[in-house]
Amino acid sequence: MSYLSIKGLSARLKGTPHRILRDVSLEVSAGEVRGLVGESGAGKSMIGKAILGTLPESVEISGSSILLDGTDLMGLSAKERRRRIGASCALIPQDPLTALNPSRRIGGQITDRLVDILGWTRADAEARARELLAEVQIPDPERVMRSYPHELSGGMRQRILIASAFAAEPKLIVADEPTTALDVTVQKQILKLIAAMQARHGTALLFVTHDLGVVSKVCQSLSVLYGGLVVEDTTVRDFFRAPAHPYSRALLAATPKYSDPDGSLTPVPEEVIRNVQAQVSAADRGVAHG
Amino acid sequence: MLDGRAALKRRLPPRLLLSSIWLGLLVIMAVFAPYLAPKDPLAQDLMLGRLPPFWVKGAEPGFFLGTDSLGRDVLSRILYGSRLALMVALIAGTLTCLIGATLGLMAGYLRGWVDLLISRGIDIWMAFPPVLFSILLIAVLGPGISSIIIAIVVIDWTRFARVIRAEAMAQGAMDYVASAQVSGRGRLSTMVAEILPNVLPTIVVLLTLEMGIAVIVEAILSFVNLSISTDDPTWGGMISEGRTSIHQAWWVLVFPLITLFLTVLSFSQLGEGLKDRYDPVLR
Repeated sequence: MSYLSIKGLSARLKGTPHRILRDVSLEVSAGEVRGLVGESGAGKSMIGKAILGTLPESVEISGSSILLDGTDLMGLSAKERRRRIGASCALIPQDPLTALNPSRRIGGQITDRLVDILGWTRADAEARARELLAEVQIPDPERVMRSYPHELSGGMRQRILIASAFAAEPKLIVADEPTTALDVTVQKQILKLIAAMQARHGTALLFVTHDLGVVSKVCQSLSVLYGGLVVEDTTVRDFFRAPAHPYSRALLAATPKYSDPDGSLTPVPEEVIRNVQAQVSAADRGVAHG
Repeated sequence: MLDGRAALKRRLPPRLLLSSIWLGLLVIMAVFAPYLAPKDPLAQDLMLGRLPPFWVKGAEPGFFLGTDSLGRDVLSRILYGSRLALMVALIAGTLTCLIGATLGLMAGYLRGWVDLLISRGIDIWMAFPPVLFSILLIAVLGPGISSIIIAIVVIDWTRFARVIRAEAMAQGAMDYVASAQVSGRGRLSTMVAEILPNVLPTIVVLLTLEMGIAVIVEAILSFVNLSISTDDPTWGGMISEGRTSIHQAWWVLVFPLITLFLTVLSFSQLGEGLKDRYDPVLR
């Protein structure tokens, strides 16, 4: 049985009919890495936020269930939900520059969760934090624990965030475009690190990205989103061999090739966009009528 | 790079140094006024009226900064006046800060109906003309130090609330807040433990600015004779009296004015200096 199972998740901006997510369903099995791809604004980050309960105030979700290890998160009180997520899920955020509290030392930010949710002693938590920092190849963990975020580079901070995400041995990690804000050279290292950590800890990973190259390297399965609608849900192997949906095909064709850096870029054909938009509208009508 | 920072850290910036010196002096003046003042600030002697300060011809020894038209010692009156000024600055500044910052933090971070309520409150509040509002308040409450403090708090909390709300909103949108929530922190605990430390530098700057403003407001109210009993020396009262005899005895107006100016300037520079020095992000 899958560890995370979302059924019919819809989200809209409060007070408007505009839907951000349209009846999204997806599953992540224990230890599986699922990619979540789509253009900007397709709603891929929203899904991660809906799971973790960090949606902005202006978004409301409706008529859905988010089963985490068999428990429906939607049915829990805010406090219970927070405790559950804190104990079993974690986030690797997009921008390492804003994802650490600038006025607190690193050590406390890694150990918070261990102490607050899992009830560890501070000394145990600190020992664990040092161990993790060493695991993500940070030299001199002792000094880094005492540092403020601004004293460290972006790559270092992203390593710290990865260490922090794995600290409580969560069952599921949402990685929200974890390499987008980094230099290309650092991106590769961080990607390798996430993959290695995931393999070692056996954590399920929901990997939000717009980079199909990244998906091919780290994911086993993926969901393709357009306009808040899942247009294809498949394994990575099938996707790259024979994408089923025309939009997926166009997306794959639009990816720039390393082997041909001077080749012209292929945009997603207008006809494909018209068709997928029609599909999105059809999904909305389905809601309206049914 | 590290060495440069360390050197920067060792040297106290001049604005911080100078403003602390002046404010420190002022505190000493206020606390030890009875021992430091050369004369009784209330003692009148019409024979000694309008004596100039010590370096001008015709000065009397003992009256360092001269006397006013009733023969009261200007220096002693400034010393005693600093008591009211500082008391109002500290108490009114702190209270305004506590109330305004708390409401601003709540509005900016909790959003929703809390924000709606507080923000509309600020909008309505700010539509009142502040000086008239404070004069009206004092007229209703009656003169006295507590009335001055209440008037300042009631008028100025909006300044804090506005700025801190914006700041808290900006901080609330940062990824670290989301991270804190994912790791199980509640809303209130996130607000206090994650957001507050990051808006604290702004709060400190605003607080010192507010103290300067409180000194000015107290002077204005004294100027229009609405602060405390008219006999007690206040800087504003002295400026008001000095205004009437500016052509015969400029010193009655100028010395309290300089004191007031230096004090307000020092408060604002103290805030900026502290921010430069202790903000972990700038540090």
